[in-house]
Amino acid sequence: MHSSLWLSALLVVPLLGAAGAAFGRSKQGLSYAIAVASAAVEMAIGVVIFLLYNAHVAGAQTFDFATRYVLSAPFGLAYDVALDGISLFMVELTAIVVLLALLGGRDKRREPSFVSWLLILTSFTMGSFVAHDLLEFFIFFELTLVPCYFIIAGWGGREKNKAALKFFIYTFSASAFLLIGILYLGLAHQHQTGGALTFAYGVLSSTSMTHSTAIWLFTAFAIAFAAKAPIWPLHTWSPLTYAEAPTAGSIELSALLAKLGSYGLLRFAVGLFPLALADVRPVMLTLAVIGIIYGSILACVAKDLKRFVAYSSLAQMGFITLGVMSGSKIATVGAVLLMFNHGIITIGFFLIIGFIEQRRGSYQVADLQGLQGPAPVLAGVFTVVMLASIGLPGLSGFVSEYLILIGTFAVHAWWGVVGAFGVVAAAVYLLWAYQRVFQGRAVGANAAIPDASTKERWVLVPIVVLIVVLGVFPRPVLDRISPSVQQLIEHVAPSGVTK
Amino acid sequence: MTVSASAPIVIPSIHYLAILPVIILFGASLLLVFLTAMVRTKITQVAATAVTCAASLAVLVVTYFQWRCIDKSGASTTIAHAIVLDGFSVVATGVIAVSLLLATLVAHDWAVRERVQGAEYQILALAASAGAVLMTQANDLIVIFLGLEILSLGLYVLVAFDRHRKTSAEAALKYFLLGGFASAIFIYGAALVYGATGTTNLTTIAYFLASNVVLHPGLLYAGGALLIVGFAFKVAAVPFHLWSPDVYEGAPTPVTGFMASIVKVGAFAAFVRVVISALGTQMETWRPILWALVVLTTVVGASLALLQRNAKRILAYSSINHAGFILLGIWAGTVRGVAGTLFYVITYAPTVVATFAIVTLVGGLGDENHSIDAYRGLARRQPWLGASMAVLLLSQLGAPLTTGFYAKYSVLAAAIDQGGSALALIALLSAAIAAFFYLRWAMTLYADETVEAARVVVPRATGLVVGVGVAMTLVFGVWPGPLATLAQHATLLFNP
Repeated sequence: MHSSLWLSALLVVPLLGAAGAAFGRSKQGLSYAIAVASAAVEMAIGVVIFLLYNAHVAGAQTFDFATRYVLSAPFGLAYDVALDGISLFMVELTAIVVLLALLGGRDKRREPSFVSWLLILTSFTMGSFVAHDLLEFFIFFELTLVPCYFIIAGWGGREKNKAALKFFIYTFSASAFLLIGILYLGLAHQHQTGGALTFAYGVLSSTSMTHSTAIWLFTAFAIAFAAKAPIWPLHTWSPLTYAEAPTAGSIELSALLAKLGSYGLLRFAVGLFPLALADVRPVMLTLAVIGIIYGSILACVAKDLKRFVAYSSLAQMGFITLGVMSGSKIATVGAVLLMFNHGIITIGFFLIIGFIEQRRGSYQVADLQGLQGPAPVLAGVFTVVMLASIGLPGLSGFVSEYLILIGTFAVHAWWGVVGAFGVVAAAVYLLWAYQRVFQGRAVGANAAIPDASTKERWVLVPIVVLIVVLGVFPRPVLDRISPSVQQLIEHVAPSGVTK
Repeated sequence: MTVSASAPIVIPSIHYLAILPVIILFGASLLLVFLTAMVRTKITQVAATAVTCAASLAVLVVTYFQWRCIDKSGASTTIAHAIVLDGFSVVATGVIAVSLLLATLVAHDWAVRERVQGAEYQILALAASAGAVLMTQANDLIVIFLGLEILSLGLYVLVAFDRHRKTSAEAALKYFLLGGFASAIFIYGAALVYGATGTTNLTTIAYFLASNVVLHPGLLYAGGALLIVGFAFKVAAVPFHLWSPDVYEGAPTPVTGFMASIVKVGAFAAFVRVVISALGTQMETWRPILWALVVLTTVVGASLALLQRNAKRILAYSSINHAGFILLGIWAGTVRGVAGTLFYVITYAPTVVATFAIVTLVGGLGDENHSIDAYRGLARRQPWLGASMAVLLLSQLGAPLTTGFYAKYSVLAAAIDQGGSALALIALLSAAIAAFFYLRWAMTLYADETVEAARVVVPRATGLVVGVGVAMTLVFGVWPGPLATLAQHATLLFNP
């Protein structure tokens, strides 16, 4: 077992960076430098954790770096962190996202506050992914709303206030269900054991409950996570919010916070209520498939690029949900991998859209045409990201989508079949969007846009590298995810199918 | 029992430590009255404020000794069982003392700004606090009524304190008429309960109900219902809330902050004692009533706040919403519920005093500038003041890392523990509605438009209050352990 200090450092470093950035407001650019430095340190810690992680600590169920410290006994409040193969990649994604969002989504309006909020958000997101206690998870989960709200409301587009409010109220209402569910579970466990109130994940997973209680609790949890992910039909906040948020905000929301939803669904909803799975699975799989189809259709007709990514994300989240809910080990591994891959792909999309917006002052599809002439590098990177998203063999998206579809097909064939159409649909909307934006003849302002600068190219490099490497050689990642997924599926096995 | 004229009147034994807080607060109030009458020159604000602060600090010290006494020898009653000294009353008394201290500092700067002469404000505030303390310690319906009246009479005058504004007098009249009505309802309820049980002592009522079967409970139910209505009026629970927005708006702002904190503490403490200690055996009867009160209070409070543009009216509806949450703890009726209620008022009181402190400052000379637009861009012009307001709003919203989250958490847990998941969910969804206006306010603070507005002057004492309020909100929001333990410990030392 490795020291939990590594995980605590993940929470503390961004907060220190945020404090430094806030106090470094006097000097031009100092805040930004501090923020980037702390994000780089965060990334370095992330790499160390990736290398250190040991899935086979005795008696820890593939969890490593664990510690538990009770903060308030009457409240059952504890600082409890641990990391397994599933959360490991969420942590890595968080570190990558903040670094690239800072480098690529720089916003010079009131920069000290902006980077501070971004770093605070990073800390809270890290907290949600390493939390090994339901109450602690909820606190971090809920806390992410605050910096997000201020980022959108402070630096967003024309309808920023409406978008920020809609986002906050929507997710806040949905997480009310989660809090009630968590409290119910913790108190039920306390009544059964007669001991102290606790929300420790490992302890609560042994709570015995009736079939209908399990279904109710699963539903409560699923509502919160579905709104966050978003999963159809609780997605309606996302297009407006993604469109109005500043580039860095859109990246955080769709690449990272969306994953809180799917991660929560897998870890907490599926992991804690195996009794409910048999009954809720058809519903959840159907919602996932509807999300895939619905998202694809709307992505085809989206009028601006940010909404386009929002809807394509809805489709991708559908795939993830399909994998998470399938009960198949292979599909679940694929879903975890897709959470990571989709994060990387989305950063790529939003960065390029951000670059285009900077140059053209617009991200409306109607305003853009033939950009591949004046900006071949941007067009090239967009192509790579797009092909990864379509699922071209050799790129990262292929591995994850393939695993999800093959795993789901083996156990729930029909949903797998319908889901597979999503891959085709993705090709349609992505290629069509590419045609409209990058191909054709660039005239007027479109012909005059400069290509990616050297600095922007360096920001895009890691994305392309990750997409290619994970497409060709996903082994190190899969090796780390598999034991944890195996563990989780075995725990819920009585009602799931292990394949 | 008849007392013949010749028989000596037996003076019940008095445990002076138990009633020392009331004596101190009343004593300080009388001292100021005496000084006002005897000293030739007008008493300065500084002197009056100093006496008030000294009195509230003295009460805090006394609560420490009271706590040690209870910790050693357990809860006890005194003065013929009319006054109780238990953990619950001690902590509630402490909260009242802290609220009085903070509110007095705010009122001091306000009085200096508005050129208020004399010590009347402090005299009335001290007396009202004494009434609130009496309510937390009362173990008899009559004593509760006494405390309630002392508290209310002081407040009626305080609400009318701003003689230059008509709305102040209007609010006071409204509060006085409706408050008098509610007091009458309360005392009538006490009379009916006396009729049904033969006593007004809470412990004896509980004992009577536990050892007898009430064959015709109509009288008891009617009495209990009237008592609940009386309390519901005082804490502004819907549908007995109609006075509250007007009074909050009309009263001088520091008075509003003072009211919002100490009335809640006093009234909820007495509410807990009456329904849980005295009528605990009748839980099945009063629970549905409270269920309806919680639903109405949380939902209506949050929804009506959406329509308001006046900061004080918004906070009035927000405090109605909070009252609904506190009622949730009483609905649960368990140790966890009482501890949750106590934790809620401990954390809510400083938050609300600090919030009204900022509203007082923004209100400016004449205490008139209370449109929500007065806050436009405040955080851009004065980052610390704006950020403080944002934190206080987020705390009332219930965001994690502030005490507001744990306050909601503690009462929700108590309710869910008693099978009230649906009720808890309704309350929590009302918090999502409430989030709308808190956030809209926070958004106004951080609005881009640079409106040419005068800088809000922050005098030292008020600045201190805001600082203390924000610090308590954040420190105990990150680490609620000590307060949670205190609330639980206090409740375990509850007089039966």
